[in-house]
Amino acid sequence: MYKNFFKYLISAIFLLGFSVNSNADFKVGFVYVGPTGDHGWTFQHHEGRNAVEAAGIKTTFVESVPEGADAERVIRQLAQSGHDLIFTTSFGYMDPTNKVAKDFPNVKFEHATGYKREHSNVSTYSARFYEGRTLLGHIAGKMTKTNTIGYIASFPIPEVIRGINAMTLAAQKVNPNIKTKIVWVFTWYDPGKEAEAAQALIDQGADVIMQHTDSTAPVQTAEKAGVWSFGQASDMQRFAPKSILTSIIDDWAPYYVERAIAARDGTWNQQDTWHGLKEGMVAMGPYNSAMGADLVKEVEQLQKDLASGKVHSFTGPIYDQKGNILVAEGKVADDGMLAGMSVYVKGVEGDIPK
Amino acid sequence: MIKIEKRNDVPMVLYFFTPFIAIILTILGGGIIFYILGFNPIEALKFYFITPISNLYGLSELLLKATPLCLIAIGLSFCFKSNNWNIGAEGQLTFGAIVGGGVALLFYNQEGFYILPLVILAGAVGGMIFALIPAILKTYFNTNEILVSLMLVYVSKLLLDYLVVGPWSNPEGFNFPETRQFSDSSRMPLLFDGLRIHAGIFLALAAVMLSWFILYKTYLGFQIKVSGLSLKTAKYAGFKGKTMILVVFMISGACAGLAGVGEITGPIGQLHRMISPDYGFTAIIVAFLGRLNPFGIIFASLVVALTYLGAETAQIFLQIPKYTGQVFQGMILFFLLASDYLLFFKVKILSLKKNELRH
Repeated sequence: MYKNFFKYLISAIFLLGFSVNSNADFKVGFVYVGPTGDHGWTFQHHEGRNAVEAAGIKTTFVESVPEGADAERVIRQLAQSGHDLIFTTSFGYMDPTNKVAKDFPNVKFEHATGYKREHSNVSTYSARFYEGRTLLGHIAGKMTKTNTIGYIASFPIPEVIRGINAMTLAAQKVNPNIKTKIVWVFTWYDPGKEAEAAQALIDQGADVIMQHTDSTAPVQTAEKAGVWSFGQASDMQRFAPKSILTSIIDDWAPYYVERAIAARDGTWNQQDTWHGLKEGMVAMGPYNSAMGADLVKEVEQLQKDLASGKVHSFTGPIYDQKGNILVAEGKVADDGMLAGMSVYVKGVEGDIPK
Repeated sequence: MIKIEKRNDVPMVLYFFTPFIAIILTILGGGIIFYILGFNPIEALKFYFITPISNLYGLSELLLKATPLCLIAIGLSFCFKSNNWNIGAEGQLTFGAIVGGGVALLFYNQEGFYILPLVILAGAVGGMIFALIPAILKTYFNTNEILVSLMLVYVSKLLLDYLVVGPWSNPEGFNFPETRQFSDSSRMPLLFDGLRIHAGIFLALAAVMLSWFILYKTYLGFQIKVSGLSLKTAKYAGFKGKTMILVVFMISGACAGLAGVGEITGPIGQLHRMISPDYGFTAIIVAFLGRLNPFGIIFASLVVALTYLGAETAQIFLQIPKYTGQVFQGMILFFLLASDYLLFFKVKILSLKKNELRH
C-alpha cells in the first residue's frame, strides 16, 4: 500500500516537473462523433483504429465529440500532443479540421465525408455506399410481396439521395412495380425516432425496411413486425437474425492502415478518396439464407460486377420524377453528378424536403 | 436508531465553505474511481485538472467554455433565489441563438459596426421572450414552470432543426443541416491572436456585476431574496409577486439568450443543430455550486468548465472514457447536496434502551 503511494507520489512529481514528451514516436489520433459502442458509424471507425493499432502503430481516440465549438479544441489538442496523423470522422468536423490544419502544417489530417481541402495537409475520404445500396435494391425488389420498400433517411444531402436512387433503380430493374416510401428523421442517431419511422413505414405497407441512420432500432422493429430489413454501417445481423437480409458494412480498416503507414513513412499525399466495393471500403454482411440460393448467387455475381466496374449503379437511361432524362441510354453518371445529386429518380414517392 | 434533527445554529461561513468541500470530495472520489478502473489516480487527476490549463491556449479554452455557463447560471440565480424553477435555460439559449442568428443571417453579406450589437440584442430579447412563456403561464394560469420550461427546450430545439434543414439552410451547402457562415461583422471580436476567447466574456462579467448590484443593492433584489426565503412574508410585505416572477424569468432568459448568441457569433460562426452541448442544464449545477452568488458562480463555472476539458485530455492521454466528465459533474452536485444536508441537519445515532425493545 505504502509502496504504491510512494510510486504515485514520485510519478506525480515527475509528471508535474516534465511536460509530456510524446513526439518520440509516430501516433495517430481519431475523433469520433458517437460512442465507440454505437454498433454503427463510430463502431466501424473504431474497428479501423483497432486495425491501425494491430499494424503496430500507436493510436488515440476521443469519442462523442460534439460537432459544435468543442470539435476544434479536441482536434487541436490531438495535434498539439504529438499526433502526426488525425482522422476526423464526421462531416461536422470539416471546418474545424481545416482551421487546425492551417496551424499545424506538419500534421496530416484526414476528414471523412467532407469536401473542403483548404490546406495541403488535409485529405478527404468517403465510401461509395451507393454500390451497396444497389445490391440492397436488387434483393428488396425480389423479396417484397407488397412492392413497397420503406426507407428511413437522415438528411437530404447528396449522399443520402444517392443511396435512395441507387436502391430504387436496382429494385426497378428486377421488379418494375416497385415503390419507394421515405421517412425523413433528420438525425443520424436517435433510436426512438428511427423505430417510429420504421413502424410508420411498416404500417404503410412496406415489407422491406432499410435505413440511412446508425442505430439498430429499425432492424429490431422490423424483426418484431416480421418484415425484412438491412443492417447499416456495421454487420447488425445479431440484432435481428431473422429479419436482416444483409448489411452494408463500412470497412475503413484497409484505408486507415494504408494512410497511417504512408504518413509514417513519409509518402502521404493530399488526396480525395472515394472507394467502394472494389477496394473493400464498402463490404457486404452475410446473406440471409431466407433469400434462397438462386438470389444469393445472383447478388454475389452483381457484387462482383459492381466491384470490377462491369456494372455501374447509375447506368442510363435514368429519369427524374417528372420524366426528364438525367443520364442518357448507354451512359453512366460521372462522379461530379453523383457528388451533387439532389433530385429523386422516377419511382421514388414524395418530394425532397426543402 | 437514527434520528435526524434540524440544526438551529448553522454558521454562514460553513455554508460558503461546503462547495469547496464538495469539490475536494469529488477529486478524491474521482481518484478512487480512476484507481478502480486501473489508472494511476494521481496521473489521471493531473491530466484532468492541470494539463488542460497548463498553457495559454488551455486557459483561453477554459474561459471560452465557462463564459456561457457563467452567463446562464447568473440568470438562473435570479429565478432560483426567488423560488422560481426555470429548468429550461437550454431552450432559452436555443431560441436566443435562433433570433440572434436570424439577424446575423439577414446581414450575411453586409459589413457594419452596428450589426454585432443588433445580433446580441436580438439574442437577449429572443431568450427573454422564450422565458416569458413559462412565466406568464405560471402567473396567470398557475401552471408548473418546471414542466413548461423543460418541455419548451424540445420545442426550441425542433424549431432550430427545422430552420437549419429547411428555410435557413445554406443555399450552397448541399442540403447539409447548417446555415451560411455569418459575416465578420456578426462575429464576436477575438481578444488575442490564435486564441478563441472572444468579447463575449465581457458580457458574462457585466452580467456578474449587474446581478450583484441588482441582488444586493436594489429593492427588486430585496424582494427576490425575501420571496425566496418565505413566500408568505413576501405576500404580507405587499410585494407584487406576479411582476417579480415575470422579471426574474426575463432576466434569466436574456442571460441564456446572450449565452446562445455568444456561442454562435463566437466559436461557431453559423447556426447548426449542435450549438450547445447542454450548457443550459449544466448551468443549473453551476448556479448551485456557486451558491447563487454572482462571484461564487464565476468560480463554479470555471470548475465545471474544467471537468469538460479534463475529460477530453484524460481520454487523449490515458484513454479514460470521456463520460467521466459527466460523472465528475454528477459527483460535484451529489457531494454538494450531501454536505448541505449534513450542514442543516444533525444525524443522531441513539442507542436502544431495553424497555423500548420490550415494547
